Amino acid sequence: MGEFKVHRVRFFDYMPSAIRAMVFSTRTERLALARADGALEIFNFSDNYFQEKVLPGHDGRAVEALCWVGPRLFSAGLNGEITEYDLENLRPRYTVEAYGGPIWTISVNSQGTLLAVGCEDGTVKMFEVLKERIQFQRNLDRQKGRIISLSWHPSGTLIAAGMMDMIRIFDAETGRATHRLLVDRGAGASKSKEVVVWSIAFLSDHTIISSDSAGKVQIWDGLNGTLIRTHLITKWDVLALSVSQDESSLVAGTSEGTVVQFQFISSTVDRLDKDWVRTRTFKNHSHDVRALAHTETAVVSGGMDTQLVVRPLLDKVEKNTRESAMRKVSFPHRSLVCCAKKAGLLLFQFPDHLELWRLGESDGYGKLGGSLPVKRGPEKLIQLKRKGEDHICCSALSPCGGWLAYSTVTSFRLYRLQNGSISICKVSKLPKDLLPAHQLCFSTNSSKLFASSSNSSVVVVALNELECKYLGTLKAKYGCRQPVHQLSASDNGKWLATANTDCEVHVYNLDKLKLHCTVPVYGSCPTAMAIHPTTSNLVVVHADQQIFEYSLVKKEYTEWSRRLQKQGLHSMWLERDTPITHVTFNPKNPAHIIVHDMFMFCIIDKSLHLLCVSLLEDHSLVVVERPLLDIVSQLPAPVRQKKFAT
Amino acid sequence: MVEHGDIRVVRRGGSKINFRQPVITNDSRLLLCASGHSVKVFSTSTEECVHELRGHTDLVTGVVVKPSNHLQAYSCSLDGTIRLWDFTDGILIKTYDIGYSIYSIHTSAFHKGVVFTVTSTISDKKSESFQLVAVHLPQSGDQLVKAPELSAVISDVSSNPGAIVFGRGGEYIASANGLHLEVFFFKKQKTYRFFLKKDTKTGGKNTFMCVAAHPKDDCIATGHEDGKIRLWRNFNHQKEYTYSTLHWHSNAVSSMCFTPEGTNLLSGGVESVLVQWRYNDVSQRDFLPRLGAAITHIAVSPDGALSCTSHSDNKITIIQGIKVSAVLQGLVTGDVETDLMVDPRSKALVLNGKPGHLQFYSLKRDKLLYNLDIVQQEYIHELGLQQFKVVKVAFDASGNWMATVEERKQKDAEQELNLKLWAFDEQTQSFVLNTTVADPHESRITAMCFCQAAASQTTMLISASEDGHFKAWQLHDGPSCLCDFVGAYRGLVPHCCCFSADGSLLAVSFQEVVTVWSPASWELLATLSQPPKAIRNLCFGRLSCSKYLLGTTDDHLLCCWNLLTCSLEWSTSMDISLLLGDPLTENIAAFCCHIMPVYLISIGPSEPRPVFSLKAVCSGKVTHAVFAPREEMLESCEESSQWLNHSQLYFLTQCMDLMTFTTKAEEEKLMASSKQLLIDDSVAMTPFYLLLGKHRKGESGAAASGESAGRPPLPQGSGAVKELLRTPAHVLPSTSFLCSMFVKSLLVSVGDASEESKPAEEEMESEKEEEDSEGDMESSASRPERGSLARRSAEPAAPPLTKAQLRELRRVKKLDHSWLTGLLRS
Repeated sequence: MGEFKVHRVRFFDYMPSAIRAMVFSTRTERLALARADGALEIFNFSDNYFQEKVLPGHDGRAVEALCWVGPRLFSAGLNGEITEYDLENLRPRYTVEAYGGPIWTISVNSQGTLLAVGCEDGTVKMFEVLKERIQFQRNLDRQKGRIISLSWHPSGTLIAAGMMDMIRIFDAETGRATHRLLVDRGAGASKSKEVVVWSIAFLSDHTIISSDSAGKVQIWDGLNGTLIRTHLITKWDVLALSVSQDESSLVAGTSEGTVVQFQFISSTVDRLDKDWVRTRTFKNHSHDVRALAHTETAVVSGGMDTQLVVRPLLDKVEKNTRESAMRKVSFPHRSLVCCAKKAGLLLFQFPDHLELWRLGESDGYGKLGGSLPVKRGPEKLIQLKRKGEDHICCSALSPCGGWLAYSTVTSFRLYRLQNGSISICKVSKLPKDLLPAHQLCFSTNSSKLFASSSNSSVVVVALNELECKYLGTLKAKYGCRQPVHQLSASDNGKWLATANTDCEVHVYNLDKLKLHCTVPVYGSCPTAMAIHPTTSNLVVVHADQQIFEYSLVKKEYTEWSRRLQKQGLHSMWLERDTPITHVTFNPKNPAHIIVHDMFMFCIIDKSLHLLCVSLLEDHSLVVVERPLLDIVSQLPAPVRQKKFAT
Repeated sequence: MVEHGDIRVVRRGGSKINFRQPVITNDSRLLLCASGHSVKVFSTSTEECVHELRGHTDLVTGVVVKPSNHLQAYSCSLDGTIRLWDFTDGILIKTYDIGYSIYSIHTSAFHKGVVFTVTSTISDKKSESFQLVAVHLPQSGDQLVKAPELSAVISDVSSNPGAIVFGRGGEYIASANGLHLEVFFFKKQKTYRFFLKKDTKTGGKNTFMCVAAHPKDDCIATGHEDGKIRLWRNFNHQKEYTYSTLHWHSNAVSSMCFTPEGTNLLSGGVESVLVQWRYNDVSQRDFLPRLGAAITHIAVSPDGALSCTSHSDNKITIIQGIKVSAVLQGLVTGDVETDLMVDPRSKALVLNGKPGHLQFYSLKRDKLLYNLDIVQQEYIHELGLQQFKVVKVAFDASGNWMATVEERKQKDAEQELNLKLWAFDEQTQSFVLNTTVADPHESRITAMCFCQAAASQTTMLISASEDGHFKAWQLHDGPSCLCDFVGAYRGLVPHCCCFSADGSLLAVSFQEVVTVWSPASWELLATLSQPPKAIRNLCFGRLSCSKYLLGTTDDHLLCCWNLLTCSLEWSTSMDISLLLGDPLTENIAAFCCHIMPVYLISIGPSEPRPVFSLKAVCSGKVTHAVFAPREEMLESCEESSQWLNHSQLYFLTQCMDLMTFTTKAEEEKLMASSKQLLIDDSVAMTPFYLLLGKHRKGESGAAASGESAGRPPLPQGSGAVKELLRTPAHVLPSTSFLCSMFVKSLLVSVGDASEESKPAEEEMESEKEEEDSEGDMESSASRPERGSLARRSAEPAAPPLTKAQLRELRRVKKLDHSWLTGLLRS
């Protein structure tokens, strides 16, 4: 074990944004999640819930609803537009104005041919899904009052719409409203307030389930338009509903932060008629549960408290396995912190600005485990606001501390920092090949900048005091379309490794600017990688917690890696639920690999909520922490906190 | 020392009625509950004990109504038998001998001729485990039947009967034990097991406490240690079972019950609040708070009209709707600080009851007479508060005076002491506070006694305290109380005090010294000592042995001093924890301690020879005991049991059970009397009863008169009538068959009476006589005899059956008449 001087950094006041909408695609096993700032995140549930892609937000875009149509993702928001996203280039592909005021909901029929959106002005608008775009088809009968929620009958002939005080059932072919179901208002003082049908689900047996702002989950007979059962589950709003694929289970999320499960079970063993019975209650959130998804084996919930919770249903999974553990995703699965190792600077990335800090210093030697006296406190040098409406998608700080680069979806910016001082100036003349990037990385000697761009290509730019010169583009073999999300340059400046979301890892020779080799494709996405400074071995950590070491010289897995695979990793290691986000090496002991994830910091000898761990030149360690309590304290007060004996 | 086989220790009176779940009968009129060695049948409306079903020889551990006949009930006991009772008549019908101790019993309508019992399995490990076995009750006419057919259903069950329940008409049985729930389906013969984690991260404790099953749906409710209730559904799948959680209780849910239609779920726990959950809408619930003590069991009547809750303070509350309609209170033996006392007037047992109260419990009627509020301060139900406690109580010989001591020890403050004197008020028939002496002593009172001599004008009370003094208090009729004398001896702390039977001597023990004082002149007459250890108990001999003073010491000596010679008469080595004199005889009971088999020795002090001893009375130390005088003397000629003739010895065991000693003869007598009583009660108050009641009284009167020679022939049909009434209703032939016989018997007797051929006035007279006789049966046994004789004298002169019409008319008249008197009387 090495002994480190540790900088415990707690001034990164990163605040994730509230979760607004969520949709799960059983076909691709991916969950799309929309946050309040307009950012979208794609989680791959088949790959250990890894956060595969992040689409940065946009100031004018507030996503209210999401919808998968096959592999295509659509969103609609209160700005009145429908947007389709380009998931390969992590940006909106196009937007379509619906001309119905703010859009509250979007829903696709089971055939994937028609999109229905519910608008503020009371219309349900149908859009035909074409190959490259969507086209307005027609309006259903216009109603008084806004359309809050929509649900297609699986046959595609009927569509139910939740409105203020009522539910309407439309015939999708004729556009006529066939039923009007009146929803009771709450008792007492809220009698005069309109009840909002927040969410609705149309089941194949023509049962309609609605949840509303009076705290009720109601079960209706959609054929006759009659109410079957009312379950009062909270005193506040029931904001979200989600039904399992086989329609035997249903979850409802409330403003209290609880998720209530209902199950469709027969009252006695030998009888066939079934009933929706309230069963379990999960309380994993402190605030409103805004979005829910019911996968085959789990309930996924998210809301105001910014956490994504994956709660496995224990009757669907094997007990005491990795599947049965509850997961909470509180932080992004990638690093928002960049550390200039030589200069002792830290760059924090926020959606709308960047912060540059100088680390504190201390003299003297403390005893092991004790804390050192601080000579000079940490100092905030620069707060750099972004330009334009697009949020920052990636940023990088050169190891010497002289260069700073960031990129949004539409633009790329490079800045020159005066050494040790607070002056910053924008590099105006940029090569035109330097397109907006998904990931940025400086070489160790700060002379080169690598920016990943579309189709898994990496643009290499040489930097010096005077100019910034385009050197070339590194391209993998033809056919790679997925974005590169990991870049890692070797210390000697010879190699660059890239990883994309198709799980491909390419290694380029920077001297020749050519592809050196491709690491054999492993079935799980790489979450972190690094090239060893002396041995030039590439260490890759995957989302399923496996570690590989690949010799770049011999172009094969090293002996240690093979041995590791043969022996297998410890189950404690495999059962961790957050991916490794960073890999570094201990310069004192080349046999040490240092890895960390959200909660822990680990040294692997070939032998804490953390956001970033970096090694500085002088063998000290920077640890950026973000206690969850700080995030919770920034949230508004919850509607209700359960207190004992109330 | 000889052991006597025919005297044994039994629970009689004051036993727990909250031990097991009570059962309400189908008509909601009776409530059955296990109580010590017997089953008690209470009326739900009058709170009276209707019958006591005696027969078991060990603790009764369960009562259930027979599913196929709602007028019969099974009871099971640790003595290894199941007994079938006719509880309306109080008759034992059958005894099934199982041969193993039974811990609980369960029945369902689905299983005819089978009862399910929990027995313990002998495992090689030390820990006891229990199993549920099905007992096939053989069909046979015998009274005592061996039931050999046992088959295990579920192994490893809880001994708590609340953790096993039949669901949906008996199609499955659910059993919870520890952290797992087991459901066994009888049709499929399949078992499903569900496990919970011990503790959750959020502090939940998942241990199962009790189980209830919905009568219509497949839904099992389980109560847990942390107060949660889980409703299990879909439990016919090993994996896809599901449950929902209800949480109101802050402490363990001790009992749950579904109402018969399954619309509501009742639950209760330490909070002493009955919670009623709506089955279809669990967010709605009703509460019945302030039930007084922790709920231990809940039961609902089969028609759903009544529910009842057992409480930890030995109480059953009967609830109608959401209102308490009746309370059955047993003897409270939770926290006994005072010695056991017998109120000389009411012969009731007096001890601590509710906090700050004394309870007066009639042992004969086995009923709480009343609670007397001693402290007269509101008791605050909060843990850790120091509140006034009644620690001493004493009665004078006539029962006119009662003295109580209450104390409150606070952490920093001075001890607070109150001596209260209560005078008996003839008008209200209860004790009324006469005098309160605040701080009678400077420190705790160690002993208190009244002068028991009946002759003296004033009453004297002695109180000894840790402050080194004893005080004599003179009590007058007026509201005054004078401290007559303050005594001390060498600054030692007095520990016991005792008056001789005639009140002429007072013995006070100061550590190892016994001082004898004359209460008349207050001079120290003698000192007796037995160093080196302190005196633990003191007791004067009585009657012929009144010259002796007995004492026990801490170094395990029992000493007997002769007060005439002031010398030690004899001493013997014996570790005695409690020495107790019988006020009516010269016997003294001594309870030994520290050695596991506990001895009881009854000693006539004149010779150091124990008259009686019994090993292994109970486990643990006996600290409280009392001689309760009998109402009527027992005539036992056996030497060994003679000491029980005048009074009964009651004692409290370590686990606060009230026990007593009884002989076989006494038990048999009790049995016989209860049987006799049964037949009396088997006739309802109907016009027929009035008719028949007269006959019976006539008979018993005749029998009592002893004029067996002149015993006249009984009316022709009365044998049949008697037979009719003796036989249990369910074994009788059909009513249509009996009717003619019964009516015939009536006809003859009425015919006899009518043949007096007198006008109605005379009949009126005889009616009046009968009325008198019924009003005061015991005192005037001869009167009804005379009446019946008169009637019988007319019998031989009975003319043949003539004037049928007239007779018919008379009969109707007579019938109407008695009907009317019956109404008037009631």
